Amino acid sequence: MNILIQHGRLIDSANNIDAQHDVYIAQGKVVGIGLSPEGFKADRTIDASGLIVAPGLVDLAARLREPGLEYKATLTSELHAAVAGGVTSLACMPDTEPVLDEPGLVEMLKYRATMLNLTHVYPLGALTMQLQGKKLTEMYELTQAGCVGFTQADAPIVDTQVLWRAFEYATTFGYTLFLRAEDSFLSKDGVAHDGEVANRLGLKGIPAAAESLALATILRVASETNAKLHIARLSTAEGVALVRQAKQQGVQVTADVSAHHLHLTEHDIGFFNAHAHLKPPLRTQRDQQALCNGVLDGTIDAICSDHTPVDTDDKLLPFAESEAGATALELLLPLSLKWALDHQQPLTQAMTRITQAPAGILGIAAGKLNIGEVADIVIFDADTYHKVEAHTLKSLGKNTPFLNMELPGKVHYTLIQGLVVYQA
Amino acid sequence: MFNPQLNADGKLQHLLSIEGLPKKILNEILDTAESFVGVAEREVKKVPLLRGKTVCNIFFENSTRTRTTFEIAAKRLSADVLNLNVSTSSQSKGETILDTVNNLIAMHADMFVVRHNQSGAAHLIAQHVPPHISVINAGDGRHAHPTQGLLDVFTIRKYKPDMHNLRIAIVGDVLHSRVARSEIHALTTLGVPEVRVIAPKTLLPAGIEKLGVQVFHDMKAGLQDVDVVMMLRLQNERMSGAMLPSAQEYFKTYGLTQEKLDLAKPDAIVMHPGPMNRGVEIDSAVADGEQSVILPQVTYGIAVRMAVMAILAGGSQA
Amino acid sequence: MTLPDPEILIQQITAQIKAILTPHSALIGIHSGGVWILERVLADLNMDIPYGKLDAAMYRDDYAQRGLKSKNQASWIPFDVTDKHIILIDDIFYTGRTTRAVMNELFDFGRPASITLAVLINRGGAQLPITPQISGANIPLNSDQAFQLSLDTLGHFHLSVEQLNAGVSHV
Repeated sequence: MNILIQHGRLIDSANNIDAQHDVYIAQGKVVGIGLSPEGFKADRTIDASGLIVAPGLVDLAARLREPGLEYKATLTSELHAAVAGGVTSLACMPDTEPVLDEPGLVEMLKYRATMLNLTHVYPLGALTMQLQGKKLTEMYELTQAGCVGFTQADAPIVDTQVLWRAFEYATTFGYTLFLRAEDSFLSKDGVAHDGEVANRLGLKGIPAAAESLALATILRVASETNAKLHIARLSTAEGVALVRQAKQQGVQVTADVSAHHLHLTEHDIGFFNAHAHLKPPLRTQRDQQALCNGVLDGTIDAICSDHTPVDTDDKLLPFAESEAGATALELLLPLSLKWALDHQQPLTQAMTRITQAPAGILGIAAGKLNIGEVADIVIFDADTYHKVEAHTLKSLGKNTPFLNMELPGKVHYTLIQGLVVYQA
Repeated sequence: MFNPQLNADGKLQHLLSIEGLPKKILNEILDTAESFVGVAEREVKKVPLLRGKTVCNIFFENSTRTRTTFEIAAKRLSADVLNLNVSTSSQSKGETILDTVNNLIAMHADMFVVRHNQSGAAHLIAQHVPPHISVINAGDGRHAHPTQGLLDVFTIRKYKPDMHNLRIAIVGDVLHSRVARSEIHALTTLGVPEVRVIAPKTLLPAGIEKLGVQVFHDMKAGLQDVDVVMMLRLQNERMSGAMLPSAQEYFKTYGLTQEKLDLAKPDAIVMHPGPMNRGVEIDSAVADGEQSVILPQVTYGIAVRMAVMAILAGGSQA
Repeated sequence: MTLPDPEILIQQITAQIKAILTPHSALIGIHSGGVWILERVLADLNMDIPYGKLDAAMYRDDYAQRGLKSKNQASWIPFDVTDKHIILIDDIFYTGRTTRAVMNELFDFGRPASITLAVLINRGGAQLPITPQISGANIPLNSDQAFQLSLDTLGHFHLSVEQLNAGVSHV
């Protein structure tokens, strides 16, 4: 199908474009920008007046809950949520049941996702068997099956010898390690930032040092083994400083932050709001500032959703017993736009962090709209505010701390491989 | 600003924590408690305020003594009392808290007294009950034990009426103590000028000064010239790691002996929420001594709980 | 309207009370106006009579609508009520509900031999089958009016009538 996207404002940060350009699509690819290719006849024309046209969003971390956790959410529901949020490529987490530590499981997941013809799914494989931090997984086989990197999700590797070997082995093949830095002993049973709010509410705290201590270790190992390391979900000012320093020293490290941590702090826990129970925890104003500055100066390369749909009953529990996480595929764009607005940043800055940069980290050909690229596109209204409501979310997870809040940005169309897969 | 304890008219709807209670309501509870003190001395130890009402003690965490005092308080108000002991086990996925509560609502209970080992449990329940039901927090995790804070302040007022001139020390495991948090909020709200906490670093939460207290690690320094010494129980069951080397060392450094008590004012009073670990946080001689008001605390505790229930159950068109 | 001098009314009811006293009598004032009058009656009688004070707050029938009044004073009966001839003293008698509440409370202290109600003024409007046996004066008022009894620094009583705001009912 030939599609013409007309009168839209094209923002393609990878190619430094922010201008009114029409986009021409044929056979699933971008065949023209600004100028019509010779002989192009549109089967469908999309009027994008007043709207932004951009590469589809690339999300570094989404939990799709399959296999095994279908009572929380399913591949189908969450990929529909993804396209509703304008996300055309995503990396999914291996902490499913069973854990994605076998090539067969990865193949199955990839197959099922491909059959749905929605968002492209790039699994992150388990770094160790069962994520237990003891035995390395068959990283080569897992990569052959489709993994684009390896992670421990929220599970620690306590044994530094295992950690070292995991880095060395991954580096042998040039695989990227996606690790969230948190010392498992200092964070044991902790559910909130170890500070004023946790103190008043009587919640066990996770000190900032839990992140910085673990981060220092991970960065050191990465440096010594020459590994490609991606630091997932930074949450502390100290953490940002450590990554900044490591980059200056030439360590091959990239970093992301969850969109939530750019906007919320420990105070958003309010009266034990379980929707604000996240991993890593929401921390102080100062940490939030440092994270925003980190995105501004590029220390933090990407913003991700950290999409974690949770069954409603698992949030209707006392805070510490509730399951951590927030549904966020449909909020990645609005939260990134809001971040840009709050910090007076041009739209391209925000878009880079959710298209080109995460694509580069995953090593996938996405996040840009050169001629010849696959036509994964999102068309959205950046200005209209809409209310976040449980019944309008496509995700089966209704758990978000932004419930009933108004956020900017509404996706009008999402195209994947040149086909409209979502229309508002 | 939304306050989960007050209804739209600013009337007390639930008692969940002392933090967030307007001073006016704190004082109302204390003043009302005064009139309930004498009820126990009557021929008929009852007043009819809660006649025909059903008060449910839902204890997800076991406690015979607290449950008993709430039961006595409710019965002295002529209420019917239901006791539900729900043991929680993280292994067994039994009925959820809210399901338990919903069943009781369907049986027309009017008031819930809730104790749970998780902070925020009472708030969760209060958010999900219909408007005519009140929830009293009888202790949630480390967060709050508001009736204890209230009865402690009531007791202090009895012995030291001028709250604006007091120096008060809270000694012990503040980190894990919901009693300590409630006491601190009550004392600071009522304008006690100097509230001290005395504990080793491992038993103090990060940034405790932000609650308006002065921190002492040296008990002898901390007890100098204080008017009230509030001891905390050393909570064995709450400690999950190596925070203290031994009970003996704790007693030597932070236990209350007469010798240490003599550093306080000569007419200083000694308080303890109970149950006491004699020889660990407090010496027997002190616990049973002249300066101890530990038993009056228990008596006043019933009057204070009666006051709380009476205020919650009453209407608001005054 | 011209109001009687409350000082004279007190003298009148004190005389009526004195006339019915027995060796087993006791006087109980109803908070708060009745307690003032009790104290004056005791002073004027200058006899050794057991006395006490009752606050109706916890026995009122409007608790479900209004809750507890913020200033409730503790009831105090330092003698055994059983077999006594109790004389209840209040300032104004109106609907009779306060008297009903106080009688209920009294019975939780014991079993009196008899109860006599003495009031300074009966303003009419009883809603229950209760009536004072002793009253200084009968002065009907409208429902939007109320008596104000006050005590000055010299210990003298003064009486006035207050017009209430629309919608405020007075029990």
